[in-house]
Amino acid sequence: MTNKKNIWLSGPYIIWIAGFIILPILTIVYYAFTDATKKFTFSNIVNAVTDTANLKALGLTVLLATLATLICLLLAYPLALCLTKSRIKNKTLLIYLFILPIFMNFMLQMVAINVILEDNGIINSLLQALGLPKFHIANTFTAILIGMSYDYFPFMLLPIYNTVSRIDKDYINASKDLGANSLKTFLKVTFPLTLPGVVSGITMVFVPAISDFAIAEMLGGGKIMLIGNVVEMSFTKGHYYQGSGLALLLMVFVLLSSLIPTGDSDTEGGAIIL
Amino acid sequence: MKKLFSAMRGAYVSLIFAILYLPVAVMIVLSFNESKSYYKWGGFSFTKYEALFNNDIIMEAVGTTVILGLASAAIATVIGTLGCIGLLAMKKRTEACVTAAGNIPLLNADIVTGVSLMLFFSGIVGRMSNITLLISHITLVLPYVVLNVYPKLKQFDKSIYQAALDLGANPVMAFFKVILPDIFPGVLTGFLLALTLSIDDFTITYFTKGQGLNTLSTLIYTNRIRGILPEYYALTSIMFVTVLLLILVIQIVNMRSNITANSQTRKEKDY
Amino acid sequence: MKKDNIVELRDISVTFDGEQILDGLNLDIKDKEFITLLGPSGCGKTTTLRLIAGFLEPESGEIVFDGKKINGVPAYKRQVNTIFQRYALFPHLNVYENIAFGLRIKKLKEKEIEEKVNEMLELVNLKGLEKRSIDTLSGGQQQRVAIARAIVNRPRVLLLDEPLAALDLKLRKEMQKELKNIQQQLGITFVFVTHDQEEALTMSDRVVVMAGGKIQQIGTPQDIYNEPKNAFVADFIGDSNIIDGIMVKDLLVNFLGVDFPCVDTGFGNNNPVDVVIRPEDVILVPPQKSEMKGTVTSLIFKGVHYEMDVMAGGFKWLVHSTKMEPVGSEVGIYIEPENIQIMHKPRSKDEEAVSIDE
Repeated sequence: MTNKKNIWLSGPYIIWIAGFIILPILTIVYYAFTDATKKFTFSNIVNAVTDTANLKALGLTVLLATLATLICLLLAYPLALCLTKSRIKNKTLLIYLFILPIFMNFMLQMVAINVILEDNGIINSLLQALGLPKFHIANTFTAILIGMSYDYFPFMLLPIYNTVSRIDKDYINASKDLGANSLKTFLKVTFPLTLPGVVSGITMVFVPAISDFAIAEMLGGGKIMLIGNVVEMSFTKGHYYQGSGLALLLMVFVLLSSLIPTGDSDTEGGAIIL
Repeated sequence: MKKLFSAMRGAYVSLIFAILYLPVAVMIVLSFNESKSYYKWGGFSFTKYEALFNNDIIMEAVGTTVILGLASAAIATVIGTLGCIGLLAMKKRTEACVTAAGNIPLLNADIVTGVSLMLFFSGIVGRMSNITLLISHITLVLPYVVLNVYPKLKQFDKSIYQAALDLGANPVMAFFKVILPDIFPGVLTGFLLALTLSIDDFTITYFTKGQGLNTLSTLIYTNRIRGILPEYYALTSIMFVTVLLLILVIQIVNMRSNITANSQTRKEKDY
Repeated sequence: MKKDNIVELRDISVTFDGEQILDGLNLDIKDKEFITLLGPSGCGKTTTLRLIAGFLEPESGEIVFDGKKINGVPAYKRQVNTIFQRYALFPHLNVYENIAFGLRIKKLKEKEIEEKVNEMLELVNLKGLEKRSIDTLSGGQQQRVAIARAIVNRPRVLLLDEPLAALDLKLRKEMQKELKNIQQQLGITFVFVTHDQEEALTMSDRVVVMAGGKIQQIGTPQDIYNEPKNAFVADFIGDSNIIDGIMVKDLLVNFLGVDFPCVDTGFGNNNPVDVVIRPEDVILVPPQKSEMKGTVTSLIFKGVHYEMDVMAGGFKWLVHSTKMEPVGSEVGIYIEPENIQIMHKPRSKDEEAVSIDE
C-alpha cells in the first residue's frame, strides 16, 4: 500500500492543487503588485490600507465580525456543555440536528431570515397584530449581525463540543476529589481543557465573518459596505489590480489566523463537519 | 437543585434549537399558505409548490445546482481518493506539504478563493463558462473529500491489503476487493459532504460562473431586489427535507462503520 | 541448489533507516519441513518471512524458490501464503468468503470453490460457521479461518508470523498440535516465526535461532537445547547459568575460582571461555562434599520442581531440583563433567552486544 509506485495516483490531485489552488493565488499576488501598465508597484497594497473608505469599511467589518464571534461563543459554549450532559444517547445525531441549518442553501437561509426581520416580516406583523409599535431592523447593521451569528453559529458549536465531550470524566472527579467546587473545577479544569476548541471556533467564525459580502448584501440591502463588499465591487467593476491588493491582504490575514495553534488538530477542518 | 439545573439546561437547549429552526419552520408553514401574507392564514394549499414547478427559470437553476453538485462531488471523490492513496506512499515531509496546500481552500476566505480563480481563468481563457464553474466547485470540495477519506485510509490495516496480495490479488484487484469496501464510509461521506457544500455555495459560484447561467444561489442573489418570491417558500421546504435525508444517510453510514470499528477495537483488547 | 530445498536465501542484507536488520543471511529451507525462525523481537525473523512472502525486497542477495530466483516477483505471483500475526481477515466478508477469496481471484468455477472451501471448513473444524461475520468469531476461530484461507490455495510454502501469539495459553497448546497435524497431513512446508522457545522446540523439525540480523544456530530442537553453539543460544533457549571461565587445559575448566573436570577439548590452554550450565544440571550436595560452597537465598515451588537461587563463589546460581533446601541453608555445588558446556567467547563486538542485550 505504501508502495512508492502509488505516488503517481495522486497525480491528478497534485496537478489540481498546483493548477487551481497555487496558480490562482500567485495570480492574485501578481496583480496585487502590478499596475495597469504591468509595472511593479506597491500602490495597490498601500491604497488598500490608506484609502479612507476602505478603512471605514474595515473598521465596520472588524466590529461586526468581533461581535458575531462573541455572540456565537457566548451562546455555543453553554450549549456544548448542556449537550454533553444531555441524557439523549445518540449524541452524534443530536449534534447533527444543531448543524443541519448550515447545510441548507445559504441564500435560502438569508431569504428565511428576511421573512422574519423585514419591516412587514413575521416579527413586525406580530407586533402590529398585538397593537405594539413596529421596529426597523431590516437593512441595518443589526440585521447583518443577526444573520452572521445565525449562519456561523454551528462553526463555533462543533469544535467546542468536540473538546468538551472528550474531557475525561476522571479529570472532573479528580478536581472535585481534591476539594475544588463546581465553579473552581470549571475555571481550573474544564475551561482550560476546552480552550483549543474555543480558539478553533473563534477562527472558524471570525474568518468567514471578516470576508463576507453576501450576507451584508442580502440583509443590509446594499447600504452597508463591508471590506468583502469593497473587494467584490472592485472585481465586478474590473478594478483587478486594486482588488487584488485587498484580497491579498485578506488572504494573508486569514491564513495567518488559521495558523494559531489549537493544540488539537482534530478540532480543525474535519471535525467541523463530522 | 439538581433537577432545577437539569430543567434549565433542557430549556436552554430547546431555546437555541427553536431559534436555529425558526426561519426554516416559518418558511415551511408559509409554503402551504394560500395567502401571500406573512401572518394571515389564507387556507392550506399547494399553490406555491405549483408556482415553483411552473417557474422555468427557478427550475433550471435548481437543475444546474444539482447537476453541478453531483458532477463536482463525483469528480472530486475520484481525484481525492486516488490522491489519498498517493499521499500514503509519500515521505512524511512531502505528504505534509501536499495536504497543507490542498487544504488552502478550506481555510481561505471564500471570496479570496473565488476572485483568485476568476482572475486566473480570465487570464487563461478570457471569460467564465460552465467549465470554469465546474473546476472551481471541484477545487472547493476536494479538501473535504480528502479530509474524510484520508483518515480512514490511514486507519486501514495494511496487513489486510498484504493478505489480499498474498492470496493472489494484484494491487488493483486488492484495492477494489479489500481497501474500497473498508474505506467506503469515508468515501461516501466525502461525496455527500462535497455534494451539500457545492449546492450550498454562493461566493465561488458568483465569481466563476459564466454569463447567463445561474445556480439557485446566484439566481436568488440576482433577484434580491424583487423581494421574496412565493416560490422560495416551497423551495426551502423541499431543500430542507432533502438535506435532512442526506444528513441522515451520512449519519447511518457513519454509525455502521463506527459499530464495526468498535467491535474491531474490542476484539483487539481481548488479545 | 540441493534437490530437496524449496527456498534458499543467499547473502541477504536488509537495512531500514540505516539500521542493519539482516546481515548476510544464508538459509536453506527443505521441502515439506516445519522450520521455525526463533529469536527476540528485532532479530530479523519477521523480516526474513516478509522477504519470502514478497512484501519486502532485499538490498542485496538472492531469494531462490524451487530453483528459480524470485527477487522482484510481486507477492501475488508467488506460490506462498501467509498467516498474519493478527490474521488480517477481511472484515467485510464472512467466513466462507474469506476462505474463498484466493480461489475467486483465480476465477475457479463456483462448484469447485464450494468443494474446496467445504473441505477446508472440515479440516479446521469450522463447519456450520460459514455465514458468520468475522467479528463475531472468537480468537481461536479467527485463527482457524486464517489457516483455512491460506492453505485452501495449496501453497508450496506457508509462512506463519507468530500466529499463536494472540491466543491464551490453553488454546495455544491446542493450536500447536493442530498446526503440526495439518502440516503433516498436507505435506506443505511451514516457515513459522515465534519468540517463544517452547513453541519452537515442540513444533519444529528444525529451529533457526536468530539475533541481531544473523543466524546464531540451525539445528533440530534437541541439538539446539542440548548443544547450544554460543552463550546467546544457551541463554535464549531455556534458563542457563552462564559464567566466565578459563579453560586451563583439555578436560579442565576453572570458573569462580574452582577447577572443574569437563569433557571438552581443543580450547587451548588458559583461554577465556563461556561456561554454560543448565539449572537442572546443578546438583546440591552437603557443603563439605564440594569446593564450591554457598547459601540458598530464595526458594520457589514450581510444581514439577523447586527453583532456588544459590549464592556461591560470588555468582547467583539458578538451580532446579526436586529436592528442596530451605532459604539460608549451606550447600555445596556439584556438576557432572558432561553437563558442563564450554563455549568460545564471542569474538566481535556485535556478538557481544547481542549476548548482553538479551
